[in-house]
Amino acid sequence: MPGAIYAEGLVKAFGDVRALDGVDLDVPEGTVLGLLGPNGAGKTTAVRCLTTLLRPDSGKAVVAGIDVLKHPNEVRRSIGLSGQFAAVDEYLTGRENLQMVGQLYQMRAKAAKARAVELLEQFHLSDAADRPAKTYSGGMRRRLDLAAALVVSPPVMFMDEPTTGLDPRNRQQLWEVIKQLVSGGTTLLLTTQYLEEADHLAHDIAVVDRGHVIARGTSDQLKARTGGERVEVVVHEREHMATAAEVLAGFGKGSTTLEQHTRKLTVPVTGGAKLLAEVIRELDIRGIEIDDIGLRRPTLDDVFLSLTGHAAETEAGEDDLEADTGHQSEKEAAK
Amino acid sequence: MSAATDAAQTAAPAGPGSSVGQSVRDSLVIARRNLIRMRRIPEMLLFGVIQPVMFVVLFTYVFGGSISIGGSTDPQLYKEFLMAGIFAQTVTFATAGAGAGIADDMHKGLIDRFRSLPMARGAVLTGRTIADLVQTTVTIVVLAGVALIVGWRAHENIGKVLCGFLLLLLLGYAFSWIGALIGLSVRTPEAATSGGLIWLFPLTFISNAFVPVTGMPTFLQHVAEWNPFSATVAGARELFGNTMPGVPKTVTGAWPMEHPVWASLIWSVLIIAVFRTLAVRKYRSAAA
Repeated sequence: MPGAIYAEGLVKAFGDVRALDGVDLDVPEGTVLGLLGPNGAGKTTAVRCLTTLLRPDSGKAVVAGIDVLKHPNEVRRSIGLSGQFAAVDEYLTGRENLQMVGQLYQMRAKAAKARAVELLEQFHLSDAADRPAKTYSGGMRRRLDLAAALVVSPPVMFMDEPTTGLDPRNRQQLWEVIKQLVSGGTTLLLTTQYLEEADHLAHDIAVVDRGHVIARGTSDQLKARTGGERVEVVVHEREHMATAAEVLAGFGKGSTTLEQHTRKLTVPVTGGAKLLAEVIRELDIRGIEIDDIGLRRPTLDDVFLSLTGHAAETEAGEDDLEADTGHQSEKEAAK
Repeated sequence: MSAATDAAQTAAPAGPGSSVGQSVRDSLVIARRNLIRMRRIPEMLLFGVIQPVMFVVLFTYVFGGSISIGGSTDPQLYKEFLMAGIFAQTVTFATAGAGAGIADDMHKGLIDRFRSLPMARGAVLTGRTIADLVQTTVTIVVLAGVALIVGWRAHENIGKVLCGFLLLLLLGYAFSWIGALIGLSVRTPEAATSGGLIWLFPLTFISNAFVPVTGMPTFLQHVAEWNPFSATVAGARELFGNTMPGVPKTVTGAWPMEHPVWASLIWSVLIIAVFRTLAVRKYRSAAA
């Protein structure tokens, strides 16, 4: 049985550019898929196709058991959308915004009103409930936006770069909210440029680049593909490098790499902290003075680099497919 | 529609046949939203009123004594001739408001939000045009007051005069659908404002609104008399009792000038039918 979000061979081209070039996704009910990739990778286009905002050129999409292309309006009843391109009306108060969205989800006015009060409470916006959203901070706006997506407690949620442009504290807060949500059984597809975010929130990760899913798996599986942990040593004297390399070779599970100019040696290992202690002892015995030593686990940045051959580019102003289709503004608004 | 999901349980029953009801409800929700916005941005309404008031004052006192209406340059005659034209021009400015508002919603991502909701497809635009109609009505009421102060008078019974205003508002409503299409078609709210206004100047000036068409070159006379805008101006003049004995109904024999009220109704309904269809279609694929 396909998952709560299922896509097969999604293709969407804008002119010559194939924003999606045959994307397959399968998100089991109650899990979180992180769609990870740089700007222009096709993440937003994928979300737009799955949330009925954009009709793919070909392919199949099923959300909450409903065919997205055949019954878009049915799908809309079962999804919530938040993030980069969903928005709130800045001249309406938080309460008015939520009430409006509730009514447009076809709730009765009274029910929408009551639900708005609940959500404002849940998202710590009660004090600001009757102020226009214009006066909200970036973090408050995101919370209101997320609340708007949750008005009918949809079984399937989409969040497009939910924390882009937020400061670390607000990001942490939003992560907590998202975790709570998922623990309640909601299926979530989340796009992000932050590797840390996918690592933190997602059960499964699909790495997207240039319209293709180039890798998928759990965070640990992806990390395993780039190799396990490594010991990194920076020696004080360049002439000690050869001796240090000898020591490391005794512990390592592979060849040692030497960077002459930084006096850094790296070797893949297994054995964690205990092994690290042994390495330090041995280096000490040999009389090698060290500036720095550490056990390093691969980050998703490393994963991305090893998969695509280029680093995940996250600077704004990047040549960007989504921006070309008129969504630059939303990104600006999100900042 | 089947209520197959958890989400639908909290939703109002949506049986077949409730779709018209849903359209109306959703449109009113959106209209209410836009009216709240107008209340919170009062300067928009203010400027919307000041501009036509300025036109009334300028035209009345600057041109009033020089423009010959049926052989007479009596300023009182020009006032009565002019007002239907100013009213009509004012209602067409709703185009720019609707266009800028919808372009702004696109720009801010609100249109995406609405399109992801299980709401009636045309409601975002219908709601917007209804709100604009309310704003236009307020503007026209104020403007009519100013017109009375500077000396404009209607000479028909109140029923006919009200019909004259309804005819004008219908044109304004029709034009806000043109604005909706413009708003969905441009990339920025600024472009929607200028794109919504520029073409209104030739449209409203190549008409019978400010001067009788008698003085225009023959080619322009034809354009002016078939101009939908002229039909509404002439229709309103007729219903206000502001037709001038010295000014012929038509110089080219154009049908709309012979039957201006009907012509105005037909034009407005036609504009709504065409531009509503185009705008709703555009909305469905907005930003795609």
